[in-house]
Amino acid sequence: MNVVFDNAGDVALAFAYTLSLFVVAGILSLIFGSVLAAMRVGPIKVLQRAALLYVMLIRNTPLIIVIIFFRFAGPKIGLTFSFVDIQVGDLRLNNLYAACVVGLTVYTTSFVCEALRSGINAVPLGQAEAARAIGLPFSGVMRQVILPQAMRHSLPPMASVQIALLKNTTVCGALGVFEAFARMKGLTNDYASARTEIFLAFALIFVILVEVLSFAANRLERRWRIA
Amino acid sequence: MRTMKLRTAAAAVLLTALSGTLAACGDSGSDGGGVDVKAEEVEAGKFEEGSRMAELADAGKITVGVKYDQPGLGFKSATSDIPTGFDVEIAKLLVADLGIDPSDTDAVTYEETISDNREPYLEAGRVDLVLASYSITDDRRQVVGQTGPYFITGQQILVKSDSDITSIDDLVGKTVCSVTGSTSLKNVEEAGAVGAPADTYSQCAEDVLNGTVEAMTTDGSILLGLAAQNEGELKVVGDEFSEERIGVGYSQDYPEMCEWINGVLTDAYDDGSWAAAFEATLGGSGAETPEPPALDECPAA
Repeated sequence: MNVVFDNAGDVALAFAYTLSLFVVAGILSLIFGSVLAAMRVGPIKVLQRAALLYVMLIRNTPLIIVIIFFRFAGPKIGLTFSFVDIQVGDLRLNNLYAACVVGLTVYTTSFVCEALRSGINAVPLGQAEAARAIGLPFSGVMRQVILPQAMRHSLPPMASVQIALLKNTTVCGALGVFEAFARMKGLTNDYASARTEIFLAFALIFVILVEVLSFAANRLERRWRIA
Repeated sequence: MRTMKLRTAAAAVLLTALSGTLAACGDSGSDGGGVDVKAEEVEAGKFEEGSRMAELADAGKITVGVKYDQPGLGFKSATSDIPTGFDVEIAKLLVADLGIDPSDTDAVTYEETISDNREPYLEAGRVDLVLASYSITDDRRQVVGQTGPYFITGQQILVKSDSDITSIDDLVGKTVCSVTGSTSLKNVEEAGAVGAPADTYSQCAEDVLNGTVEAMTTDGSILLGLAAQNEGELKVVGDEFSEERIGVGYSQDYPEMCEWINGVLTDAYDDGSWAAAFEATLGGSGAETPEPPALDECPAA
């Protein structure tokens, strides 16, 4: 454990990168996933098909391929994200970071969409009919009646999707972001004699982070429970 | 029915043509296989009874850990049986000294050891020797035996030909790529650069080429190889700003191997086979053959 404590600054910075990847990609994927889910259940055929195609294409593709696309195929067609260069405290959010966030978001969006759709399916049809009967347009039906209930129903699968995202950020460690996985590899290389401790310490930190996340999801679930 | 037959025939023709191309690839891959090292006769009593060297020589089998992804040091193409590179050449000399034919893949297994599993493989006895651009450090010597160095290299910078970066001082605030977890990455971070970890060196070179990162860094010998692959587009700049002492790894269970390794290396220095190994691998890009480095003393058993 000493090695990890001796390098506490580096380790903390690495997990700051991990968490920032998670938060940014998490929020973006929730937004885009909701839009995508609305498209899938909406009345417009073209949008339904487009959303279905997106989910089919992305959900069936391994994450690393999605990110590598933005990291290596992107630059070949002029998509370099070079306009992104933000310094937040010690975090340097550069073009590589942006490419990874986009990759994670594109990937997770498809899972958020499907989790949300499962929630939408759980809302009784009568709810939508009643909302339409009082004259709400589709957007109103979705925003005010269906999605709030669907969110509640889809909370457990949504928590799983976001937990997976938190752990998926480690893929970026081999693709240009100095997050926890990359830092761990650095430490295991420098301190061959303390390798097991380093592995255990990093695993433990991840367990704690995921535990915090599932605790929050649990509390939300309880609060949102229909009395 | 007839169409069926035609189709089978077409498939057969295609297959033959395909295997022809594959075979052609195989042939070209065997070029540049380095120096031909012949196994030496082991006279009785050459190795002390009960020593690890005697065991290996008697068994006639040995497993050597090498890199598969570092052109010039340890590199295995998809079609070749034996990896090529300077590390592998030195490994061949050691293997041959045990009376084992280094080119006989039944007797010698060149196992891939990535940076992370070099120590675990040695400790578990999965490999007998490690020659995988293995820098000698005090921390590693706590878990495994290391001797040498048989080669000294230093870290340099690879940039686009039109870049104005000329030394490590120009890297402050720049994004610099190297392999995840490597010492090179740590060194440039300490120099104020933003480290961009990557999976392989070729991935870094790709990033430099398409302008995603400003520079990449690692041992000069690897960079020279990459620059040669992309002649005119990439260049190596700056003085070497670190010193990596590349050595041979062995298990701490067999401390007697140290003296033997040093002996073989000293012989190779004296009879010119070290220089020949260098010229056949790293010396290709017009580099001058350096003086062989002085070996460390073996720890008293």
